[in-house]
Amino acid sequence: MKNADFRTPLSRARGLGSAKHGVSHWLSERVGAVALVPLIIWGAYAVILLAGLDYYGAVAWIGQPVNATLMILTIAIAFTHMVSGVRVVVEDYIHKTFTKAALLLLNAGIALLAGALAIFSILKVALGGA
Amino acid sequence: MATSILHRVTGCGLYLGGLILAGWAVSLASGPEVYATFKAVLGSPLGKVVMLGMSVSAFYHLGNGVRHLVWDFGHGLDIKSANSSGITVFAFTIAATVAAWAIAYMTGALA
Repeated sequence: MKNADFRTPLSRARGLGSAKHGVSHWLSERVGAVALVPLIIWGAYAVILLAGLDYYGAVAWIGQPVNATLMILTIAIAFTHMVSGVRVVVEDYIHKTFTKAALLLLNAGIALLAGALAIFSILKVALGGA
Repeated sequence: MATSILHRVTGCGLYLGGLILAGWAVSLASGPEVYATFKAVLGSPLGKVVMLGMSVSAFYHLGNGVRHLVWDFGHGLDIKSANSSGITVFAFTIAATVAAWAIAYMTGALA
């Protein structure tokens, strides 16, 4: 051990670092990012397809289990990724405690509300309630 | 290179894209009239400009995101590699955006 290293053996064994949550936030952001690579390519294809369909075509399309499942996964993972990313941007640029807390709550709140609405809507249509 | 701040700008821009996607789902669940209005708004000239912005942002963020994942594994971190991968990301963004809009045009999705 070098003289300049002030970490205790316990801190080293825990591996949580100065943020106290270790690498979990960093790692979960990457895991979501990897999943989004194929999902967003599929999503671009879906947007082009849906642009050419009317209401009834879109309802039939989302009624396919594979399409509904991939769309729900895309929304869930993309919205989690959005909250994660914007959180880092807010933490980097906003240093006033109240403004920072308000923006972080707004970020999580908007994404949670919009994401839940979107997933519920897809399930409603896909399960034939539309 | 400006790739780092562009990753953040496009990421924040795609927040709007996420909300448009949620709007699509909610309007689909609200019936034919609401869905027709949603499609008319996105299909309008302003809607198409927004969707062009979303597609550029999505492909840039996708390409540069993969570049970041490669960096996270410790590869390509020297200045020469970082510059050339940055140019690759710009090229990918332009190529993918042009391809997506060309396919949309050819399949009649833009009409």
